[in-house]
Amino acid sequence: MSDPILSARGLSKRFGPVQALDGVDLEVRAGEVLALVGDNGAGKSTLVKSISGIYQVDSGEFLFEGRQVPISGPATATELGIATVYQDLALCDNLDVVANLFLGQEETIGGVGAVRALDEIDMEQRSHELLEQLSVTIPSVRSEVGTLSGGQRQQVAVARSLLGEPKVVMLDEPTAALGVVQTKQVLDLIRRLRERNLGVIVISHNLANVFEVADRIFVLRLGRRAGVYEASETTEEQVVGAITGATADTAEQERQL
Amino acid sequence: MRVGDPDVAAPEAAGAEATSPRDLMRRFLQGDLASLRVILAIALIWIIFDIQNERFLSAANLTNLFLQITAVGLIAIGVVMVLLIGEIDLSVGAVSGLAAAVMAVLNVKHGWGTVPAIAIGVATGAAIGLLQGLLFTRFRIPSFVVTLAGLLTWQGALLLVLGETGTVNLSNSGITDLANTFYGPAVSWIFAALAIAVFALVTLGGHRRRLAAGVTTEPTPLLLARIVVVAVVVIVAVAILNSDRGLPLALLILLAFVIGFQILITRTVFGRHLFAVGGNAEAARRAGIGVDKIRVVAFVLCSSMAAVGGILAASRLLAVNQSSGGSNLLLEAIAAPVIAGTSLFGGRGSVWSALLGATVIGSIANGMNLLALESSVKFMITGGVLLAAVIVDAVARSRRQAEGRV
Repeated sequence: MSDPILSARGLSKRFGPVQALDGVDLEVRAGEVLALVGDNGAGKSTLVKSISGIYQVDSGEFLFEGRQVPISGPATATELGIATVYQDLALCDNLDVVANLFLGQEETIGGVGAVRALDEIDMEQRSHELLEQLSVTIPSVRSEVGTLSGGQRQQVAVARSLLGEPKVVMLDEPTAALGVVQTKQVLDLIRRLRERNLGVIVISHNLANVFEVADRIFVLRLGRRAGVYEASETTEEQVVGAITGATADTAEQERQL
Repeated sequence: MRVGDPDVAAPEAAGAEATSPRDLMRRFLQGDLASLRVILAIALIWIIFDIQNERFLSAANLTNLFLQITAVGLIAIGVVMVLLIGEIDLSVGAVSGLAAAVMAVLNVKHGWGTVPAIAIGVATGAAIGLLQGLLFTRFRIPSFVVTLAGLLTWQGALLLVLGETGTVNLSNSGITDLANTFYGPAVSWIFAALAIAVFALVTLGGHRRRLAAGVTTEPTPLLLARIVVVAVVVIVAVAILNSDRGLPLALLILLAFVIGFQILITRTVFGRHLFAVGGNAEAARRAGIGVDKIRVVAFVLCSSMAAVGGILAASRLLAVNQSSGGSNLLLEAIAAPVIAGTSLFGGRGSVWSALLGATVIGSIANGMNLLALESSVKFMITGGVLLAAVIVDAVARSRRQAEGRV
């Protein structure tokens, strides 16, 4: 078992009277998929936004590849190699796949400032490479993103997050509102991220999907860690119990890994 | 597994790249081929007017038509910039008048040279754009309110700059050369040959590089056909113009700005970001794009082009007066790109739409004048054409939304 690539220790975050996170410890290793589950309001989004630097935690620390690091904003998280794909994907539907993949980090041939000429050939080749590695199936890299299906859009958004060569990728509800075939495509893509030795954190409400793709399942309840389970040694009932608080969080159930 | 291989494409996306007749028809109706639709509309308008009055398609009248659309076309180029980010600029008419007045007063009353006077006129436009862009982004006021206030303000400034006489004559000025210079056959054929050669070389060069790199490119026959069509259009246009007064400098200026801006928005990082801001400003912001900076630059370009259009209009009318930049100029400049497929909702369009739309509006106005129609009829017909164009835009948009494409 490798060392964790990212560990968060004792994360606490308060919004006014609401204790959104209360001393949460979380670890993710390279080449593993960690599912983050919990009821609405359990603090999943707060946890992800704290790791991606959108929120600043009140207390707690981050270790990235064993070194203690501050995460003071989205830019520092990105620099460390933590990429986040939010549920709304943040794609421009009027632009094609290549333009979306490289948006904000376009390859250029020459010129000054913003009037640099786009290097479309290079960007298209790199888009092909990336999407082929991930076995993403889209009609063409020149398709407008607005013409793609929900699953394809999700895959483009994930591929886009990989351009910065991150080490940890966080996906917020990647299979929400997707059909059966599209969900399978996205789950396959998550497996390929694991094969690339990335640490993957997936937020999901869908326990069937979670059990299909996750190595470990991290349950958050009322801002606290309610348990971490090996997916292969756990039943859906146990996880549901931890999410709802129906089962006590006993030492046998929880694997402190 | 290869991306782009139709055999492995997900079934729900099949057909997105298809070019079956039915698919072409669908794209045609939904605005993807808006340019072709407008060219057909122009052909229809020309045929109808020529049947009514055979002088419509005469060399003299077509030359007039091109001169008439120059100012609207130039202003519309700037309007495309703000439409692409999903905003609007209602001050372009007033700005064109004010910039022309500043230029005229400096040139005629203060003895400035032609070039510095024009430069200050354009700079006036740029400064106004900067101000309006900053007001829009800083205070988050809707752009139509900012520019509506601008419309009134700059109209007032126009009266102020013109002073008590209310008119500045440009008849003895070099500025009138802009709209009244015509190149004879020798020069115009050299221009034509150069234009065709450059277009062919750029098109085929890019095609060869893309083929060599193994990336997507259009079918070779289609590119060859396009080069032939462009060559024919250029040759026919020059032949017609030469049989009258020659190739107008004003038309060259208009085309140079259209091509320059089209390259800017399709081939540069700035252009890419312009479309991104119009398509999804939040996505652009998260991608690290300075959204407000792009917006301010769009407004600066818009007002600057309004100034350029105003200067050409002054050059053609040989004067700047209190009604410069008034009447239908604003409406026509905004309507032109929309008629020819630039979306009012942002993120979709091209600079060619400014030229094509101005040609549609100009042709209708010119034809109705030839037929000596009543003003009442002219207004209502023009209004109907605008309405029809905006309906086509809205329908195209709702069809895209129905297909999940915003």
